[in-house]
Amino acid sequence: MMARIFLDGPANGSGDERFAAPAQPVNLSRRRFLMGSAGVATGALVLGFGIPVGPARAQGPAAPAPKALDVPAFLEIRPDNTVRFLSPFMEGGQGAFTAMAQIVGEELDMDPAVFEVEAAPAGKVFQVMFGGTMRITGGSMSVRTSYDTMRRLGASARAMLVSAAAQRLGVGVDTLTTEPGKVIHAASGRSLSYGELAEGALDMGVPEAGRISLKDPKDFRWIGKPVARIDMHAKSTGQAMYAIDSQVENMLQAAVQHAPRLGLQPGAIRNEAAVKAMPGVHSVHTLDGAVAVVAPYWWHARQAADALDVDWQDPGESEEVRYMPADFATDAFTQHLSSQTGRGEEAETAGDSAAAFASAAKVVEGEFTSQYLHHAQLEPPSTLARFNEDGSLDLWMPNQGPEIFQAAIAAKTGLAPEKINIHSPLLGGFFGRHFQYTWGNPYPHAIALAKATGRPVKVIWSREEEFLRDPMRPMAVVKFKGALDADGWPVGLDVVSVCEGPGEGIANKRGEKLDESALEGITAKSYAIPNRRIAQLFVKNPTTLAYWRSVGNSMNDFFYESFFDEMADAGGKDPYALRLKLLEGNERLTTLLNAAVELSGGWKRGPFTAADGTRRARGIAMASPFGSEAAAVAEVSIQDGQVVVHDVWEAIDPGSIVNPAIVEAQVNSAVALGLSQVLVEGAEYEAGMPVARNFDVYQILRPEQMAKVHVKIVESGAEMGGIGEPPLPAIPPAVANAVSVLTGKRVRVMPLSKESFEA
Amino acid sequence: MKLEINGEMRELDAEPEMPLLWALRDVLGMTGTKYGCGIAQCGACSVLVDGVVTRSCVTPVGSLEGSKVSTIEAMEQDAVGQKVVEAWVKHQVPQCGYCQSGQVMAAVSLLKENAAPSEEDVRASMQNLCRCGTYNAIHAALSDLAGQENA
Repeated sequence: MMARIFLDGPANGSGDERFAAPAQPVNLSRRRFLMGSAGVATGALVLGFGIPVGPARAQGPAAPAPKALDVPAFLEIRPDNTVRFLSPFMEGGQGAFTAMAQIVGEELDMDPAVFEVEAAPAGKVFQVMFGGTMRITGGSMSVRTSYDTMRRLGASARAMLVSAAAQRLGVGVDTLTTEPGKVIHAASGRSLSYGELAEGALDMGVPEAGRISLKDPKDFRWIGKPVARIDMHAKSTGQAMYAIDSQVENMLQAAVQHAPRLGLQPGAIRNEAAVKAMPGVHSVHTLDGAVAVVAPYWWHARQAADALDVDWQDPGESEEVRYMPADFATDAFTQHLSSQTGRGEEAETAGDSAAAFASAAKVVEGEFTSQYLHHAQLEPPSTLARFNEDGSLDLWMPNQGPEIFQAAIAAKTGLAPEKINIHSPLLGGFFGRHFQYTWGNPYPHAIALAKATGRPVKVIWSREEEFLRDPMRPMAVVKFKGALDADGWPVGLDVVSVCEGPGEGIANKRGEKLDESALEGITAKSYAIPNRRIAQLFVKNPTTLAYWRSVGNSMNDFFYESFFDEMADAGGKDPYALRLKLLEGNERLTTLLNAAVELSGGWKRGPFTAADGTRRARGIAMASPFGSEAAAVAEVSIQDGQVVVHDVWEAIDPGSIVNPAIVEAQVNSAVALGLSQVLVEGAEYEAGMPVARNFDVYQILRPEQMAKVHVKIVESGAEMGGIGEPPLPAIPPAVANAVSVLTGKRVRVMPLSKESFEA
Repeated sequence: MKLEINGEMRELDAEPEMPLLWALRDVLGMTGTKYGCGIAQCGACSVLVDGVVTRSCVTPVGSLEGSKVSTIEAMEQDAVGQKVVEAWVKHQVPQCGYCQSGQVMAAVSLLKENAAPSEEDVRASMQNLCRCGTYNAIHAALSDLAGQENA
């Protein structure tokens, strides 16, 4: 489970309350005093969650006062028959806003296309996950954790509008039906729009949960259909607003120069007077671990910040900071990880692994290596901070969890959380980038500079400064041993991953328990290999670490599924057939694996010669990330020594889905990131500094490197899983397995661009 | 200095070295054009200068006097631009959307030069980066547009 990992690093909690009873909506329409500046239309019906029901059901005098409401509404049905919805989940391309409109709209009986969706501010009432305890946009959890809650919200509003119509028309509720956006009285041929009815529902109580009936899925009008995403026009015409586009009156802008290595602090600025005299400069500032220049225009600030000549002070290592040594290099660090001989701490055991190896007919060994990765979202991080006269602080910032940032900022500034207003514009990509990372977010700079200048300040990290402080997907060296019996069947597996998990890296310390995200994808595999010992050998990294799309699975399925093919080859088994054999009795995964193979036109491992004369081969792999199941086949050739991926066929089983078009788009997107990782990407360090500071050196998948993507959605009816991350982890091993077949050389290191291949 | 942007002569209070990207975003408040890398690698800042796609992050405004600059904000007023926007919506191209202003501008530039580009033409021209991996959707939209022209 991802939830606790995102919140606490390697911490606690079972997370099995995911499908706990949804929060009961309440009618906020008359609570205008609570809605303040939220722009709620007069006469609108407004439903929200988690707020004590109003004065009509007054509590006794001894009851605690209702908690101050810092947010106005969830769902607003306006007199003009439009709907405004505040989404607890951020939109960053994964389609969350549209999915929310589809789910609420389905039960409300309102076309998702008329929904205006915005990201909800920070506040307890928006914590709709896990029985109302938290919310983040991550772990591929938005839809699956809120599906029931959002359906109930829509259904409650519909029931109230029908009641209002019954009163208005003087007829029984059971004589009324709805069509999108209106209530119909078929007997008299009369109809009233939701907008017209909203006023009549303003004083109504929300029906109790037990009295709300949800639609039979066979009657769904929008759920399960390829409904168009609601933000396409804005995003195709430059109107979509991201944090970097935020502006407020009297605003200044700032650029920073970070300390070249984390842990260093600015001493004297040798050329401060000269920089202050540069065009447009407002002021020069010294920050924690950085220096900054403020100016009305960001380009002036940037020129000046880059020009600052700082006497950086090195206080040496301390517990307080994740210190980057001056001699750190990724090549040497890889060697260091590889040279470890310890057995690590067990994360998963089964049977008797030692005995299986002692009696093995054949032992297969392989050491695999992954690389650090940048998020490389195209929108560089920024934050606009404004202190208000009433002592409150407004922040416009990219984020995947407003309450987490609100709490961190409260702790840092001493402000009460309710004085901190987090605005969450669209995310220009995220992939795990916009969680709270101690040294990886620009908001501390924005707050410090707004305080120092007495004006609103928007800080933008240049791409170069971003690649210096972007916390990265961890790297690992993983040592595999497989025991085969006399017939070539795998009977034992021994794995030691030498690594630091992302949760451990973010917390900058080990938790009491193992960081599950360190080994997910090596652990909890479904293959029937009876004797297993899977362990983590913890080695702290000097780099800062992060969650990256599909987290531990992003690399661990590459290791495991590649080694799986090595075991198959060593035992003389076909890798597809071996997977089927070791999944015997697992109907869901057998169906899924066969679906991927059928989609690819039948299993054809190769090598073979394609119609265009190129030598090609195919690889296969599976993964079980974030509550969903995935299986992929990839077809590759070699051109000028480098791997070309022609086609990817992927079958995905998220249990059940809300929007097949979004699923297909997310598979394409995850395939692109998977290919990027396996083919070209890698962040390297030399002498304590990143080698790549921009896209000239740091490679991400280019248009001509994209494969054709074929998607098969399998709805097994299992518990609903995620969509944003699950299609990624099977891609790198499917490619690596294909390359190994084609070249006769096992691939054990990402990215493949480090090597030259021959078909 | 004066600059013709989206058919309008605009007075621009900026020194000639300022890149067009920042003149648009900060001086004129037109935020549709995006900053991604600042070194002409990603293409998020693409605009048209005299109809040709140009990376505004490395184009000093001083070099543009007498030129016509078109940005994403004007694309729905442009015959080709409007078709591209429609195709982008029809094919549901954007994901996060951050690179898509630049992708639309690159597509408009390509189609202005060649109304029915081949797959090879598209591959050669559409070089902007997209971290969400919308490349296949971009190709589908352009192939649709090229097909309409051929039909």
